Amino acid sequence: MFRSQTDRAMSTKTLYDKLWEDHLVRTDEDGTGLLYIDRHLVHEVTSPQAFEGLRMAQRQPWRSNAVIATPDHNVPTTNRASGIADPVARVQVETLDRNCAEFGITEFGMNDSRQGVVHVVGPEQGLILPGMTVVCGDSHTSTHGALGALAFGIGTSEVEHVLATQCLIQKKSKSMRISIDGELGVGVTAKDIVLAIIGEIGTAGGTGYVIEFAGDAIRALSMEGRMTVCNMTIEAGARAGVVAVDETTIEYVKGRPHAPVGEVWNEAVRFWQKLHTDDGAVFDREIHIDAAGIAPQVTWGTSPEMVVSVLDRVPDPAQETDLTRAEGMHRALEYMGLQAGTPIRDISVDLVFIGSCTNGRIEDLRAAAAVARGRKVSDKLVQALVVPGSGLVKEQAEKEGLDRIFIEAGFEWREPGCSMCLAMNADQLKPGQRCASTSNRNFEGRQGKDGRTHLVGPAMAAAAAISGHFVDVREL
Amino acid sequence: MEKFTKFSGIVVPMDRSNVDTDAIIPKQFLKSIKRSGFGPNLFDEWRYLDQGEPDKDCSGRPLNPSFVLNDPRYRNATILLTRANFGCGSSREHAPWALADYGFKVILAPSFADIFFNNCFKNGILPIVLKEETADNIFSAATQEIPIELSVDLQSQQLLLPSGETISFDVDPFRKHCLLEGLDDIGLTLQHRDQIRAFEERRRNAAPWVF
Repeated sequence: MFRSQTDRAMSTKTLYDKLWEDHLVRTDEDGTGLLYIDRHLVHEVTSPQAFEGLRMAQRQPWRSNAVIATPDHNVPTTNRASGIADPVARVQVETLDRNCAEFGITEFGMNDSRQGVVHVVGPEQGLILPGMTVVCGDSHTSTHGALGALAFGIGTSEVEHVLATQCLIQKKSKSMRISIDGELGVGVTAKDIVLAIIGEIGTAGGTGYVIEFAGDAIRALSMEGRMTVCNMTIEAGARAGVVAVDETTIEYVKGRPHAPVGEVWNEAVRFWQKLHTDDGAVFDREIHIDAAGIAPQVTWGTSPEMVVSVLDRVPDPAQETDLTRAEGMHRALEYMGLQAGTPIRDISVDLVFIGSCTNGRIEDLRAAAAVARGRKVSDKLVQALVVPGSGLVKEQAEKEGLDRIFIEAGFEWREPGCSMCLAMNADQLKPGQRCASTSNRNFEGRQGKDGRTHLVGPAMAAAAAISGHFVDVREL
Repeated sequence: MEKFTKFSGIVVPMDRSNVDTDAIIPKQFLKSIKRSGFGPNLFDEWRYLDQGEPDKDCSGRPLNPSFVLNDPRYRNATILLTRANFGCGSSREHAPWALADYGFKVILAPSFADIFFNNCFKNGILPIVLKEETADNIFSAATQEIPIELSVDLQSQQLLLPSGETISFDVDPFRKHCLLEGLDDIGLTLQHRDQIRAFEERRRNAAPWVF
């Protein structure tokens, strides 16, 4: 019995095993691996010190055509023609321009139609292909696992390391498979899946793991939906999230500007079709979640794991037996200005933000527009922003007339960037303001000092904008 | 990078779990193109009562008296004791830069977020994973009237408590080696230059669409 299991484990591999082995340059005696990196995405915030490091050590990028850059965190979402008003932000964006020019790196600059949130731009351009290793000095690099790539966020020292060596020093993570079995209910989206997962396993539940998302409900998602799920893998603490390659993946990649063509395309597809976990492969941890049990999710606290169904109430710390956890809940309720027991649907919002690397793709804008069509943003709202994930998402949305739907409903239609997801530019909450946001983090101060963030999917955000408070989008 | 061998310092207890990198260094300070100078803005939103801005001088800003770093007992603390999942969220290396710039050399917690944990080692900070129970015990000691001092010996992987008790901790051998020797890991990786080239050639043949 033991023997047959060992044999099986040796002959069958998880998707993560395959991606890891395909990129392993060498392994040290202690198991530390040197992993080859196929694609490196760069933005203005985490790269200047890395380029400076290269210069100080008189090093050149190992393979500059592996690197693609675009400014996204700091860029204004209005009036691009007049440049960046904030002088500190302007210097950072100009530094990226200069570094890319000096080191021969392709950059989609602020006024290029291909500019946008780096994690929206990469897949959209076909720069992320199945089977690649992908890094970026940004935790949401996990997004790209949706394409069957091994993708993770790194710090600036590692950005410099990858620029200089095209490799990353890594230890292999443990493997976890989360299967979302069955079919999602109507009006329930990828964002609800991933929020429900984080609610289930916690923000540290994935620490030390690479998570493969599987099951019928994941297979039924579009690429955009899979990207939303993988994007927030980091919010579960995991190093990366992956989804096996299937027809949906290949159809998505086909015809993109940097996707292979002709005979190389056929060869690539044959290779990519092997990028799935073998039958019988063993994971260190397996979790099953019933898709039908997932309702639209809304976070109530200051960590993505503080999440409940829209039909639920704000939880009561008095019911929590773990003291540190109860203390965290108390602090969160105080920060959020909420009372335990309040129905989620009674919470009114001041602002709505639709966008980010989590939910700034065309499908997300379509879902939000479907709710906004023919309706008006509640006059209780101070602002409702729609920020497309990239210039090309914006163009596509305008082609479909989504911009008109949003504008007529009372939303502001903005230029692409990270915007209010992390509020590095002018798009910020004021103290005490409450926002229904399609972004990924509800940390204290994330969207502005003392701002209050509730994470939701795009249709739920649009519905909150129309109603002035949270509503179950399925009842609209 | 400076070598890390033995270290002693005062412990400041920060009794919160899930401290995220947005809290460690808020976003407005990420606009800097330098690696240094983040210390005064470490935990900015918790530490000060007003709103911090990149060019603002912090010396005259109103301090939040209830924030633990402002407690006079812990003024000179260089070891941070905290709760689970410290450093979650963004990959910003500005977080360890700010902690190091403030003077922290060691962080003790029951668990750390993955990217933050990696980033610490690149900046001469030793993050040590403690058992929950050990963390609880050190919390009890560190919150008394008189602050406690701990000693860390990386070579022997021992933590010496004021009671005389020693606690051994785990550290990855490669990271330990780099910290002890103060090594630049880019230089180390480039020693394998030929192996990387050879791998790249094989990959170019096997998956030409990547290049």
